[in-house]
Amino acid sequence: MRKTLSIILVCLFSLPALSQAILTIEITQGEATGLPIAVVEFGWQGKGKGKVPQQAPQNIGQIIESDLRRSGKFNPVPKKDFISQPHTNSDVVFKDWRIARAEALLIGNVTEVAGKRYQVEFRLYDVFKQTQLAGFRYTVSADMLRLVAHQISDLVYEKLTGEPGAFTAQIAYVTKEYRREQGRNRVVFKLQVADSDGYGPRTVVTSKEPLLSPSWSVDARRLAYVSFEHRRPIVYIQNLASGKRQKLSGFKGINSAPAFSPDGKNIALTLSKDGNPEIYVMNLANRRLQRLTKNRAIDTEPAWSPDGQRLVFTSDRAGKPQIYMMDRDGANVERMTFEGSYNARASYSPDGKRLTLVTRENGKYHIGVLYLNDRSLHVVTDTQLDESPSFSPNGAIIIYATEVRGRGVLASVSSDGRMRQLYRFETGDVREPAWSPINQQLRYQ
Amino acid sequence: MKKAIWMIPLTILALGLSSCGGDEAVKPDVDDQSGAQTTAADTGSSAGADLLSERRVYFEFDSSAIDGEYTAIVEAHAKHLSSNSNLNVTLEGHADERGTREYNLALGERRAQAVARMMKALGVSGSRIKVVSYGEEKPLALEHNESAWRQNRRVEIIY
Repeated sequence: MRKTLSIILVCLFSLPALSQAILTIEITQGEATGLPIAVVEFGWQGKGKGKVPQQAPQNIGQIIESDLRRSGKFNPVPKKDFISQPHTNSDVVFKDWRIARAEALLIGNVTEVAGKRYQVEFRLYDVFKQTQLAGFRYTVSADMLRLVAHQISDLVYEKLTGEPGAFTAQIAYVTKEYRREQGRNRVVFKLQVADSDGYGPRTVVTSKEPLLSPSWSVDARRLAYVSFEHRRPIVYIQNLASGKRQKLSGFKGINSAPAFSPDGKNIALTLSKDGNPEIYVMNLANRRLQRLTKNRAIDTEPAWSPDGQRLVFTSDRAGKPQIYMMDRDGANVERMTFEGSYNARASYSPDGKRLTLVTRENGKYHIGVLYLNDRSLHVVTDTQLDESPSFSPNGAIIIYATEVRGRGVLASVSSDGRMRQLYRFETGDVREPAWSPINQQLRYQ
Repeated sequence: MKKAIWMIPLTILALGLSSCGGDEAVKPDVDDQSGAQTTAADTGSSAGADLLSERRVYFEFDSSAIDGEYTAIVEAHAKHLSSNSNLNVTLEGHADERGTREYNLALGERRAQAVARMMKALGVSGSRIKVVSYGEEKPLALEHNESAWRQNRRVEIIY
């Protein structure tokens, strides 16, 4: 494993509103195999009378560089190798970037304009062909600057890899904090939503009882989740914009593991109302239930294939938890995993060709990627209590939960296992990450 | 929290348990049953009272089989329920943190159901038994080691 790099982001461009967010992102393992890109710190032109701020409200270049690095597909060129610091087209000397061994170059500017708005412009170049690959200008308010940075990351990613970026997507996760109240330790659970790099967390639900299994609707406007607020597991659906929620399933026994179907019309669930955990599909329009499994074993953790024709799930019908696949109506059940005595919580990659899952190896729980064509299982993490993996909407990154020095934290790994990063939060345990689909309407422009 | 609610029936029973472990911020280093005092018991015999003060059944990893050493505890509670027809019981199933949360939720239910099945076999009506699973969400011990995991794989018998 390479030496641990630690990039302290917040210290460099701190904003009060971000202070409870991630403090550091650590690259725990990375191979320098990605495309070398030079991301020059964006220029800044402040406005107004009196004292002009020394820097832009957000370090756009840094956000983009961090996004690209996390994907594992880019290897940002170290700043110390930069010969020049261009901000405009006329400043670019391509020879400088060939010497720095950059294949791509990103430059840009942030300019404060009237009405507390900011103009962000960027240009992406192919260093060898000496051509501009993309260039855009945005005018936004300060609170949109991070989103603009992620959107530029998406464009750079798409131009240079040919695949769509997913940095404008969000992550949902659950935190567990201890609060001292009236001389006693109280536990507080929060379901939160943040940007794909963990910044800008918003609390969706707060509860004294456990919350788990957040699942995004396809339009990224709603979350389904399990709440124990009534001292038993009940599934709710909540609208993120309005905060309004409805109880979806509160039968006797377990109501859990919600998963929206890709067409948005149904939700798969685990219910034990008939005696033991079985997988059902509920029609969201009429709440009608269709039972998919009928087995005395545990059947749980349903996840839809991207085309909505199949589901994978966890079952211990053969004695130990393993991954199975079935048709949308429960027919044609097939066991998918045979390596190891514990494989669980599988979910599909967006292209439908892979599953990510939790797999046990020598008593340790790692994240694995199962290739459906040859059924080969590749373990992509080496920590020991890894769980809740999900693919980013473009399939490049898997986010998961792990434990570091006794605390629950989120981490990401590029789907080939080469690049890992820890998301570090200030307090409490963080778990149950779920990557949102990309909501086109939420994207700027 | 749960602890406060549990304390009321416990006081009525006058079993005087020092803790029933509902507050997960409390970290017992050892099983806290040792501190239990059996000042009174409906069953009369002091052996039965000792068993009644035991309110946890522990399990092996990924197992819902009730080990022989715990059957006497379940039997004592079944007998207690049979002779106190006004009592209802909640069986709360738990799992350790290893493996996935949803699978552990199912496993916790299976453990609680195993205890429920044994109580029913001993004559307790199913309508008096409530089964609930918390999976791995309410650990008794917060450490990430074998000793903590052993304490967390349990069914709690709650009146």
